[in-house]
Amino acid sequence: MTTPVPRPPSPVPPGTIEARTFSFYYGEKQALFDLDLSMPARSVTAFIGPSGCGKSTFLRGINRMNALIPGTRHSGTMLLDGEDLYAREMDVVQLRQRVGMVFQRWNAFPKSIYDNVAYGPRINGAAARTELDEIVESALRRAALWDEVKDRLTQSALGLSGGQQQRLCIARALANDPEVLLLDEPCSALDPIATLKIEELLYELKAELTIVIVTHNLQQAARVSDQTAFFYLGRLVEVDATERMFTSPREERTEAYITGRFG
Amino acid sequence: MSQPTHGAVVEPAAPGGRSTTAQADDAIAGSSRGDGVYRFLTTAAAWAIPLLLGLITLEVVLAAWPAFETFGLSFLTSSEWDEVRGVFGAAPMIYGTVVSSVLALVLATPLALGVAIFLSEFAPSWLRTPVAFLVDLLAAIPSVVYGLWGIFVLLPFLRETVMPFLAGTLGLGNTPFFSGPAYGPSMLAAAVILAIMILPYISAVSREVLMAVPRSQREAAMALGATKWEMIRDAVIPYARSGIVGGIILGLGRALGETMAVTMLIGNRHEISSSLFAPGYTLASVIANEFAEATGALHTSALMACGAVLLGVTLLVNAIARWLVWQVAREGR
Repeated sequence: MTTPVPRPPSPVPPGTIEARTFSFYYGEKQALFDLDLSMPARSVTAFIGPSGCGKSTFLRGINRMNALIPGTRHSGTMLLDGEDLYAREMDVVQLRQRVGMVFQRWNAFPKSIYDNVAYGPRINGAAARTELDEIVESALRRAALWDEVKDRLTQSALGLSGGQQQRLCIARALANDPEVLLLDEPCSALDPIATLKIEELLYELKAELTIVIVTHNLQQAARVSDQTAFFYLGRLVEVDATERMFTSPREERTEAYITGRFG
Repeated sequence: MSQPTHGAVVEPAAPGGRSTTAQADDAIAGSSRGDGVYRFLTTAAAWAIPLLLGLITLEVVLAAWPAFETFGLSFLTSSEWDEVRGVFGAAPMIYGTVVSSVLALVLATPLALGVAIFLSEFAPSWLRTPVAFLVDLLAAIPSVVYGLWGIFVLLPFLRETVMPFLAGTLGLGNTPFFSGPAYGPSMLAAAVILAIMILPYISAVSREVLMAVPRSQREAAMALGATKWEMIRDAVIPYARSGIVGGIILGLGRALGETMAVTMLIGNRHEISSSLFAPGYTLASVIANEFAEATGALHTSALMACGAVLLGVTLLVNAIARWLVWQVAREGR
């Protein structure tokens, strides 16, 4: 549908996200205050913090999903590979192909498994059936779902278990071959075994992608991420390598949160 | 009336065969006497409706029986309706009822869906409520007012502008559907007025189901790089599909039974014509027109038979439509 615009050569590996004094407003209410945060390519960044701290708002700022809500605005810049995501010439449809997203509550379409995964490539103009078959298979393999569904691709996706549907949503995002994968509390409605599968998957996927995950589960953040950012009341309190963050946080509020004294 | 009904439904559920949830409910609710009264009232109300429908059907069929007995199947297939000779065939009315309603659906559905999609997806919120209110207001206008408006505004407009345009400018006058003189009162006029009358029903139901599509479905499509139109086409409408079909059925039900406005505009002629410019008749119209002046028992019975057929057509159409909704819903899930 859209031909990829040649991107300017950038000094950073593809998939690097950088926020510079990024603020976000819902109408009059300011939700994010001057955030500076760099999310390196081929690594997992986890956002933690109590409910309403702005971590989901920030995550949704990366693929501009917040723009769906009327009356929102931002200031500052958000860069993907050095390009301003909010620039006038940035095509938001194309941006969302480069930045995939998985939501808290799995949201498979009421279509077949195949059609779910093929949706992105189809609307973005993937033509031939054989090509589509390959894309679907490869996306399902990358999401570690292929062996479970290869014999029932034409059946409804809604017949899958919650964990399988969530991995299907990951496969659906991967079918667009994105540089970045955003996950908004992907495991909060899943049982521990399904959660473990998703975490293993993220570990595999970070070899190829930038992964940003919002989680309420601190153990999960500690297990899957390389870098952790702690949000509080719309501000970024602390960001550090995950190991250091969980063993020797610099800020008192971070320590209080990760030791369970509030939040 | 409700006493045996009550026993038949409640008793099997009361001793022994109760589910654990029912027992748990009782444990929470405490007072079982209040529950018993409540259950009795709701069960009685639920059974009253099929009972009423059954009684009405029985009464109509009994009254229609002489006509069915006299004419047999030819009541459904014959076009002859002669009070003097006492010969009655309802084929033109059956044809007129079905054709005018289906044509009304064809005209109203795209428009109603357009309104619903605009209101649920595109309209700014300050515009949404007033426009939705105005569309809903269409349903509040009395049928006879539609009829009057039809006679004084719609018929001249159809006769002088639309019919010459269809027959002449578009050159459709040679096809059997748009041939013949343009009087005004016609199947087309009835279908147009019906379309306007059922539009609010289809539109209101569609709007509700479109707005009820979960945000997660919209976000799923948007996050994969769908444009707004692709999101509506691929995520919103399929999710709302069975509800939209339900709204269309509701509209069809209204169109089949509508009497006053159609009687004033359809021309009331006992004849089947392929041309939409020609006058026609509907089952509801013939009853309204002739019942007060029915001559003789057979004539009255024939009109009751028209009522029975209308009931049958309505039930049949609704059954088909239900089945369609079920198919659509199953296909999607």
